[in-house]
Amino acid sequence: MHYKNQFYYDNQQKFVMDILYRLSFCMNIFRGKAVTEQVFPFPAVDVLDEERKETLDALVDPVSKFFEEVNDAAKNDELEKIEDHTLEGLKELGAFGLQVPVDFGGIGLSNTQYARLVEIVGSHDLGVGIALGAHQSIGFKGITLFGNEEQKAKYLPKLAAGQEFAAYSLTEPASGSDANSIRTKAELSADGKHYVLNGSKIWISNGGIADIFTVFAKTPVKDSKTGDTKDKITAFIVERGFGGVSSGPPEKKMGIKCSNTAEVYFEDTKVPVENVLGGVGEGFKVAMMILNNGRFGMAAALSGTMKSCIAKAVDHAQNRKQFAKNIHEYGAIQEKIAEMVMRHYATESMAYMVAANMDKGAKEFQIEAAISKVYGSEAAWFCCDTAMQILGGMSYMKDTGLERVMRDLRIFRIFEGTNDILRLFVALTGIQYAGGHLRDVLAALKSPVSNPGLLVGKAVEKAKRSMGVVSPISVVGAHSELAAEADKLGTCIAMFGGSVEDLWQIVLLMTDLYSPSGRVGAVHLYFLIICSKQYEHGLFNFAERVSCFCFLDEQFLLWRIAEAAMDIYSMSAVISRCSAALTSGLPSSEHEKVICQTYVEKATQRVKDNLGELTSTPHQAIFKNMSLISKQTVANAGVIAQHPLGGSL
Amino acid sequence: MARVLVGCKRVIDYAVKIRVKPDKTGVVKQNVKHSLNPFDEIAVEEAVRMKEKKIATEIVALSCGPSQCQETLRTALAMGADKAIHVEIPDKDYEHVTSLHVSKILAKAAKEINADVVIVGKQSIDDDSAQTAQMVAALLDWPQATFISKAEKVDNVLKITREIDGGLENITAKLPAVISADLRLNEPRYATLPNIMKAKKKPMEKKTPKDFEVDLSSRFDVISVVDPPSREAGVKVESVDDLVSKLKDAGVV
Repeated sequence: MHYKNQFYYDNQQKFVMDILYRLSFCMNIFRGKAVTEQVFPFPAVDVLDEERKETLDALVDPVSKFFEEVNDAAKNDELEKIEDHTLEGLKELGAFGLQVPVDFGGIGLSNTQYARLVEIVGSHDLGVGIALGAHQSIGFKGITLFGNEEQKAKYLPKLAAGQEFAAYSLTEPASGSDANSIRTKAELSADGKHYVLNGSKIWISNGGIADIFTVFAKTPVKDSKTGDTKDKITAFIVERGFGGVSSGPPEKKMGIKCSNTAEVYFEDTKVPVENVLGGVGEGFKVAMMILNNGRFGMAAALSGTMKSCIAKAVDHAQNRKQFAKNIHEYGAIQEKIAEMVMRHYATESMAYMVAANMDKGAKEFQIEAAISKVYGSEAAWFCCDTAMQILGGMSYMKDTGLERVMRDLRIFRIFEGTNDILRLFVALTGIQYAGGHLRDVLAALKSPVSNPGLLVGKAVEKAKRSMGVVSPISVVGAHSELAAEADKLGTCIAMFGGSVEDLWQIVLLMTDLYSPSGRVGAVHLYFLIICSKQYEHGLFNFAERVSCFCFLDEQFLLWRIAEAAMDIYSMSAVISRCSAALTSGLPSSEHEKVICQTYVEKATQRVKDNLGELTSTPHQAIFKNMSLISKQTVANAGVIAQHPLGGSL
Repeated sequence: MARVLVGCKRVIDYAVKIRVKPDKTGVVKQNVKHSLNPFDEIAVEEAVRMKEKKIATEIVALSCGPSQCQETLRTALAMGADKAIHVEIPDKDYEHVTSLHVSKILAKAAKEINADVVIVGKQSIDDDSAQTAQMVAALLDWPQATFISKAEKVDNVLKITREIDGGLENITAKLPAVISADLRLNEPRYATLPNIMKAKKKPMEKKTPKDFEVDLSSRFDVISVVDPPSREAGVKVESVDDLVSKLKDAGVV
């Protein structure tokens, strides 16, 4: 369902908006609204019907047992490959086709069920997790999401059985975060029967062992209206057997060593036209949708990792005696354990909230999924790092098993969209959405005489905000014992919406400064840049948005907006899950309540700090200085300050 | 030989720390993880291997107890059993069920389905009675081979190896027979996810003890269930004299 958006001025460009956008909690906090359908009540509570629940119960045990008794994470790490008998065991177990429909030989799990199982994998061996994830969470996800019946029937059964491995091939030497800049080319043959693929991909998980690749390449596409030919990305299903496909040696990596990573080259590879995936020129959408759909699984896997780090830390804290006391009795240790537990609770709550919303048919979860990935990967890093600190010297020893987890974890903040780029993605997507709803305010700014009353009202609100006074919005659905927490969430959302509005005004002001043609022209120009980008199915042209805001040099602000958005979403997930626990009277509900109260208190403070920094005078100076320090250091190709001992030492 | 009947008891999982109920009538079972009795798992595995060696054609798994036993039976089905019989006994009545009751049901069922072999675990890890196989054999008047670590079929005879104190005992048992599995008989396979999904579609027959004309009335009362006494920390003594005086203080010498 697409709706023509009315706020936009330019009639030639169609700005379509998915109605479902309006249900996304995170999208709407950008306009200061609490749209809680996807948050309250906690969606994971009833997402599994009796049968699915029973199935899941039956699956959890054998998977846990397999990872406890057969898989040897330390051995896999040392060998830099999954042990042969383990790999065979994983195939038999059915671990390679968890979400493939039963008709195509898979297990047919829902996202929630899948999340529960990868959580087990994540708590034991992230390297195996990536090998499995690179295969099914992204490798052939495109076939399940966009494949036609023939493509599914041809490829899924062998992939589900683990007879063939799949790899997602997007990244190139010169194209990382900016996925639109890929150079791999696919040109239609003269007879129109196949595409000829040329190019090279790097750091492809499973790249050295895969038989089936989801490859993204530029194809010339003719615009039906203008008649111009433009290069657009198209996704292809490429078999290694098509010829001209080769791969480099396995990369030597810091962690996730047992998962294969390699370069993949395509040299005049003939890909039949029926292997186009998701339509010619639709590749960017395919690429992003695959990643969007896979992110919740990472958060779930990482919550498992965090759980096992916490178990190790707690075991040590309970038994280690120093200065005549078990160390868990000391505040320094207690604070660490509590922080780990809270972040685990938040990660787990978000992972299962996103998965449940996806299972319930939500189409718009890109910000939520991105937040769960960013938050989860940083929380897991924190947990592992903190567990190491609690274990002290013992943790630095290989046999303890934490150093491997730390090496494995580092990549999670880098791959499948770096956390930095995902923060910008969260902020920009939300800000743009809010821009649409702020049309009256922005229009009034453009021509102040048309609606002076609105502007005065907004000015009053802004002034109040700057003094720390906001009228909180009510958040409905939290348990009565968490009313105070729901209020804090409401206050945060109100503050956040206000800050986004202020940011829009800053942006407009800056556009004005940059534009020689005066205020009205500048605003209009700005709208052309920001709003006119057509998007389909919820996907903007991200690269263009980034460059737009880069031009305005607002990343210092966007970062803080993203931080606040993450805190607000994690807070809401925590309140919602805890409410569910209190409602059903779980034995752990009182414990969860303390976690929830503490988490919300701390997160609220962070939101206030981050939003405060957007406009505080000292922080504007800080941002400016940071930019300067960086520029000068880069220009000098290293640190500039004189050595403390002077001279040329 | 055609049909194997396997007993599958649902027990509290071996990894669970057992807690005694405050009223001392038994142990806490609610919200506690249960699984297929590990020795019965070995029994199921043995049956599945017999089928793989084509010396069995059909495996029937049977479990007595509350409705959750169906989950236990699904595990057996996922491992390779062909069908399952759930003999429903409500929680309240199940408290009083003893080995003899279950043995009577197994014996009747063996007759009913025309079983050639009954395989059970040597004991369950909750009650540790270790007598079901023997009782079933007595009730059926079949040969019994208990605590077995190896079984081979030669003609119509099972060649059995049992681990006994100081060595191995080799015996033969004519079919039909009842056997009970010891720890080293085999290493049970993992139920794979595809097989678990397939198991959902395998037939599960629901019965009650009445269908087998077994009277479940209790023959004994549980007076009290208590935790084993916790061991108190000892002390180190400096000399023999110390030791003797401590022993005297304790009133043991």
